[in-house]
Amino acid sequence: MTELVERVLGLVGGRGEADVVADRTNLELTRFANSFIHQNVSDSGTRLRLRVHVDGRTATGTTTRTDSESLAAFVEQTIAQAKVCPPDPGWPGLAGPAPLPSAGNSDPETVSAGPDARARQVRAFVDAAGGLVTAGYCRTVGQQVTYGSTAGQLVTGTSSSAAMDAIARAVSGADGVARWSGVSLSGLDGARLGAIAAAKARASEGATELEPGRYEVVLEPAAVLDVLGFLSSYGFNGKAVAEGRSFLRPGERQFDPSITLADDPEDPEAVGLPFDVEGTPKRRLELVTAGVSQGPIHDRRTAYAAGAGATSTGHGNEESSRWGPAAANLLLEPGTTPAKAVGGPVASDAVGGLVGGVERGLLVTDFWYTRVLDPRSVAVTGLTRNGVWLIEDGVITRPVRNMRFTQSYPEALAPGSVLGIGSEAVSLPLNWALGTVRAPALRLASWNFTGGASG
Amino acid sequence: MGLFSSATAAVEAALAAGARYADARVMLRRYESMSARNGEIEDLTRDEDAGIGVRALVGSSWGFHAVPELGDEEARAAGRAATAIAKASALVAGPALELVPAEARQDTWNGPCLTDPFAVPLSEKGDLLVEATKIMKENGADQAEALYQIWEQHSWFVSSAGHRIEQKVTKSGGGISATAVGEHETQRRSYPCYRGQYGTAGWELVDALDLRAHAARVASEARELLTAPECPSTTTDLILGGEQMALQIHESVGHAIELDRILGWEAAFAGTSWLDLAKLGELQYGSELMNITIDPTLPGALGSFGYDDEGTPAARRDAVRDGIWVGVLAGRDSAAMAGLDYAGSVRSEGWQRLPMVRMTNVGLEPGPHTLEEIIAATDDGVMMETNRSWSIDDKRLNFQFGTEIGWEIKNGRQGRILRNPTYTGIGPLFWRSMDMLSSESVAWGTPNCGKGQPGQTGHTGHPAAPARFRNVRVGVRA
Repeated sequence: MTELVERVLGLVGGRGEADVVADRTNLELTRFANSFIHQNVSDSGTRLRLRVHVDGRTATGTTTRTDSESLAAFVEQTIAQAKVCPPDPGWPGLAGPAPLPSAGNSDPETVSAGPDARARQVRAFVDAAGGLVTAGYCRTVGQQVTYGSTAGQLVTGTSSSAAMDAIARAVSGADGVARWSGVSLSGLDGARLGAIAAAKARASEGATELEPGRYEVVLEPAAVLDVLGFLSSYGFNGKAVAEGRSFLRPGERQFDPSITLADDPEDPEAVGLPFDVEGTPKRRLELVTAGVSQGPIHDRRTAYAAGAGATSTGHGNEESSRWGPAAANLLLEPGTTPAKAVGGPVASDAVGGLVGGVERGLLVTDFWYTRVLDPRSVAVTGLTRNGVWLIEDGVITRPVRNMRFTQSYPEALAPGSVLGIGSEAVSLPLNWALGTVRAPALRLASWNFTGGASG
Repeated sequence: MGLFSSATAAVEAALAAGARYADARVMLRRYESMSARNGEIEDLTRDEDAGIGVRALVGSSWGFHAVPELGDEEARAAGRAATAIAKASALVAGPALELVPAEARQDTWNGPCLTDPFAVPLSEKGDLLVEATKIMKENGADQAEALYQIWEQHSWFVSSAGHRIEQKVTKSGGGISATAVGEHETQRRSYPCYRGQYGTAGWELVDALDLRAHAARVASEARELLTAPECPSTTTDLILGGEQMALQIHESVGHAIELDRILGWEAAFAGTSWLDLAKLGELQYGSELMNITIDPTLPGALGSFGYDDEGTPAARRDAVRDGIWVGVLAGRDSAAMAGLDYAGSVRSEGWQRLPMVRMTNVGLEPGPHTLEEIIAATDDGVMMETNRSWSIDDKRLNFQFGTEIGWEIKNGRQGRILRNPTYTGIGPLFWRSMDMLSSESVAWGTPNCGKGQPGQTGHTGHPAAPARFRNVRVGVRA
């Protein structure tokens, strides 16, 4: 990979600034539904990304064609493309040499895991569900990426990940879900997940409608993941801040003092590379410290535009020139609410500790199809999924049907609104990107449910 | 000759390794996009890739493997790998699986393209976006954005049943958006819709949009929205513009009639469907004005092709006729499992992804009215236009949409602008309330339909016209 990157930089020669990313990813995913494997896929290959800045103009191209002839043509085409582009006054220059905090978290056995290993995990999940209909996936990913630039940065990182995300469905159609994500497939226990999902599905049978309105809620980690993702991409995004589309006011206590939110690629369980697409090393960065908002995340372009000494925080990505920098390893620090067994399969002890304090509220497993109504306030609409239960006097009393909500996410976490944070942060897989979010459960004072999902 | 030899080598290797059926797609793809913001180019990207994706069936189990190398030896290795994966799938095997027949065609198909969008000079394309954003900025936009995207996909498909199909499809489109930033919220107006309008066409589609001509209007509307009254929270008659109707069709009909969802194959992620196959042919989906077709033959629509990714030729089919649900989007395996005799709606994002059931062009046939007549016939209601947000449950029943702009309708007249319009409802109840439908149909293109694991982005088309719905809940807020 290093040789390939150097070859491309050599083809650019002294004609301009350039950086190259060579990415070799093996993505293998075994998908099942109706309790059998119905889709089982793998793809592997090398992809090159070249960015050139020539005579004040910038262009980017990607290719999978790495033979000598194709490579030479690709470089010439990208340079020619830059020359006819309009000027790029926001060009921030390239990242200079900088060491990586590590080479990345990668497990060779996970990278080389074959379809049999994933199928065995699926078999275990299906068998443990005790006859309930099951569906989901088991995924392994191996990634090796080299970045090089004419400014002298040359780094290579590796990453592996394994994940399972699956449901069991009871006869009534009630779903229970279980998820796991980690660096190594050896940590995955499909049977344990299958048993959890099945127990939750059974506990969700007989759900009844509940009147819409504002309820106190305990959000399970998967629902918290959704909240964190929106806060990060709409609020802490340096591009959104520059354009006036963000709620962020750095230095102000915009969140409850119990909230400390970080992006932590240095965590040993973090999935992803130790540098971004611009070669900037990734390090732990706090976005919220004890409720106080910190500065936004930046790629080189948004940092340059922000001025005042701002630097890239290592959050550049292939789409960041259009959508802004993005965090891929969010971590909401666990709280101090002591764990407590609440009985039954619905809540872990860490979640149970939060449930025990609720006089009347809802325990929510997942949010689904969440979309922003207004980016400035991060007002979001969506639905619950995979299990909602009524909590009365600290006890989970009965399942309720899915509900639609319309809620401002920052407002839900505002000072005084967070009544408790679970003591355990759980690693969860992302659906549309490689990365992890680690989140505990949250107890929030109010959530605005606007209707029943079934009408 | 093209690249049939690689695809053939892959299929032969899959069969030799034990597959009872195999197919392979070789693809060469090009993509280019450019965006501008506030009078400057923001991003220019040109991607190209090439590869082969092989599908193998062993017993009742599938395997799929894809690689970016196109040599015959690499293709054979990919075929063997796909078969090995299928054999692993058999560790958790499903019921016996057959494929509905697909005539083994040998054919070539080229989509329409008058002006090669890749041949239009970058400077010309850049000038268009820069000028459009400058006009928006001059007319009150705090953030003025413009975007175009163009694709070219050249594919060679071979199956062990005898298919040899070469296809070339070009797609183009673009649009503009103006955002006005207020003290507590932002407002946006777009033309012709957010992220733009797209079709299987060349640069002539972008030329016809005439983005510059609409730039001043969208900017001033975005600013006007900041001080407009909020859409009231009430239950009233709702008139939807054509572009919002397209997304309404996409979300609450298109996805609901995907057979893989109905069969439970997407249960853990995209979800299932409220539709029950036992009611196909009798279920009242909507009012008698509701006639939905699945039609990948529509010239220029974004979901058009000659053959789907299983080699089934494009054909028009009814999904809803006179309000009754009569058809689904199906593939060869899902159709056989459901006891149906047609497929034709299986597509993949590219060579590296598994073909799956996807929308093609799912659209509403035009009605007997005009928008002007619909407004004139409405005593009290709200009209909404241009999608801003969309959300729907995992059975495709409960939806909530937000649009960029609304207008009060009083006594048959279009009145003042309303900001933050939203509406919510339950699919079949909503569609049964449609009592007026315009004849002014446009085939809107949606280039960002997500589905599948690993995720795939699909391109779909949706002929749609303005329509009126009775007694709809509007103005849902945080």
